[in-house]
Amino acid sequence: MRSSSAFWPALALTAPLVLFLAFAYALPFLGVALWSVTLPEPGLGQYERLVGDPLVQSVFLRTFRICLIVTVIAVACAYAVTYVWVRGSRLQRRLIEICIFVPFWISLLTRAFGWLALLSTRGIVNASLQALGLTDGPLALVRNEPSVIAGMVHVLIPFAVLPLASAMRTVDERMLLAARGMGASRLRIFWSVFLPLTLPGVIGATLIVFVFSLGFFVTPAILGGGRSIMVAELVYLRMFQSPDWGLGAAISVALVVIVAALMGLLARFARLGLTGGGR
Amino acid sequence: MSKRAVGLQVIGIGKSFGHFTALKDITLDIAPGEFLTLLGPSGSGKTTFLMVLAGFQAASEGRLLSDGVDITRSRAEDRSFGMVFQGYALFPHKSVAQNIAFPLQVRGVAREDIARRVDAIIARVGLVGHENKRPAQLSGGQQQRVALARALVFEPPVLLLDEPFSALDKHLRGRMQEEVARLHGEFGTTFVFVTHDQSEALSLSSRIAIFNHGRLLQVGAPRDIYERPSSRFVAEFLGEINLLPVEAIGHCARGTSGLFEEVRLTAPRHENLNGSAVLAVRPEHMSVSAEPPAEGNGVPARLAGTTYLGSAMRLAFATSSGTPLTVTLPSEAAGRILDRGPDFWVTWSFDNGFLLPEQS
Repeated sequence: MRSSSAFWPALALTAPLVLFLAFAYALPFLGVALWSVTLPEPGLGQYERLVGDPLVQSVFLRTFRICLIVTVIAVACAYAVTYVWVRGSRLQRRLIEICIFVPFWISLLTRAFGWLALLSTRGIVNASLQALGLTDGPLALVRNEPSVIAGMVHVLIPFAVLPLASAMRTVDERMLLAARGMGASRLRIFWSVFLPLTLPGVIGATLIVFVFSLGFFVTPAILGGGRSIMVAELVYLRMFQSPDWGLGAAISVALVVIVAALMGLLARFARLGLTGGGR
Repeated sequence: MSKRAVGLQVIGIGKSFGHFTALKDITLDIAPGEFLTLLGPSGSGKTTFLMVLAGFQAASEGRLLSDGVDITRSRAEDRSFGMVFQGYALFPHKSVAQNIAFPLQVRGVAREDIARRVDAIIARVGLVGHENKRPAQLSGGQQQRVALARALVFEPPVLLLDEPFSALDKHLRGRMQEEVARLHGEFGTTFVFVTHDQSEALSLSSRIAIFNHGRLLQVGAPRDIYERPSSRFVAEFLGEINLLPVEAIGHCARGTSGLFEEVRLTAPRHENLNGSAVLAVRPEHMSVSAEPPAEGNGVPARLAGTTYLGSAMRLAFATSSGTPLTVTLPSEAAGRILDRGPDFWVTWSFDNGFLLPEQS
């Protein structure tokens, strides 16, 4: 790439984006990183707190647990949705497109409040259940982990659909025909041919969804109602609710490092998987 | 090795996609253990017919019987015919041995039996030492062998092959053709083979079925079909051929004859012709001489050009009316006569020509 004649034009064309990211993202982040080792006094004290503080630890653990559950559910749902989108009839494809891409245009905040309207004590679900006489009082459907997970899965499914769709579109139809011709049932074809062939897409979708979910702020803040705080909300609290900028900055840096490490690891894994015959 | 080969009876099979008719009224008996080639230009319906035989596409009309049992509506996975796809369709994430084991695993064959049968067939197709490689690590010929082994390992009653050699270079193609012929002999399975390459069809098959525009034009042994095609399309598709328009058709003791540029030419008897027709002769069945022939057919013609083909020579002639004639002669024989001037007689025996209806 560097030796090719396309290098300089390519650089010129991408320069605005690179400059924007440098000034709007990298520089401010360096400032945050600086805070983490200078506030309230210079040193690595905030990072020691990060490792030692049971509250910070529990928030990190909860974040990983929720994000893992969200990723598994979102990728599994997205796999089914994408399968129908790629291989279904024309009508099915249209329906999926509407269901997947229309929510894309609606803000995160609106969708979180939508879930709230559904699940709160006087929300549609509770009102219906009581009207039908199935429950006596309102159920606590919101301000808990399951509601956070539901809201996050809803937001993240479309992000998993795109890498899965590109993987499913590359599957050679003749391979599935060949498996059928050899007498394989649909389930068998799925498990031993279709799923392995789309595994790179599953890895890609998992990576994207997990990384996105780690930084979720609005959805857990609204649906968790302050009870199941996740890392991004903890940063917000340290920064804006308590004068503890140093710890907030240290948590941010830790989160970025974790995400970068995950990206690196999974990108390497995906590359091995894509070139094939690695073993 | 095969438990039994199966015969297929195709009765009036048709297939339409919307308004497009891909196959029309195909009736054909495929004998147990034969090597039948479906030959035709692209878009002739031969591959669609193979897909209907395999069960991947449902026939729009007609019936398909397997040894007398109606299988028209049975699914591909229940017919369990072996199939070699164009491009092989090997599973890229499985090793050679795993690819070949797949149809046995599907059938619930015991683990040790699978290992034994996979090893045996790997030896028979000459892939020993490649068991643990992925398809991407193999050459085209080796991938072809894996595809054949995978399709034959479960001893299917019928093996369907869809243009299996189209991706191979000429040299390898010849070797793989011999290999397929050998496997056909050893397994005794009924082979149904699709190709658009007429020389491949002629050298491999016990019978050839010629397709064009979704119709079955002629079925027969390679020699019969090459030497006695029933229509102009079949005659021209199977190889180069000279077509001489003849008029004033008449029947005599020797056969049927017609007038071409005031010369009466005779061919084996063809009852259903009247008025005018076309006399067809293969270039290799013609000869060249300076004198009119004492026996057989002869047409005066002028040499227009020669092409050296190594062992043979292709001579282009034109008759007085401008009808082109092509003759292939062994190079040595051609060399002896060429210097005798541009005007010759192109000759052939009565038996080597055949009459075809004018429109076909």
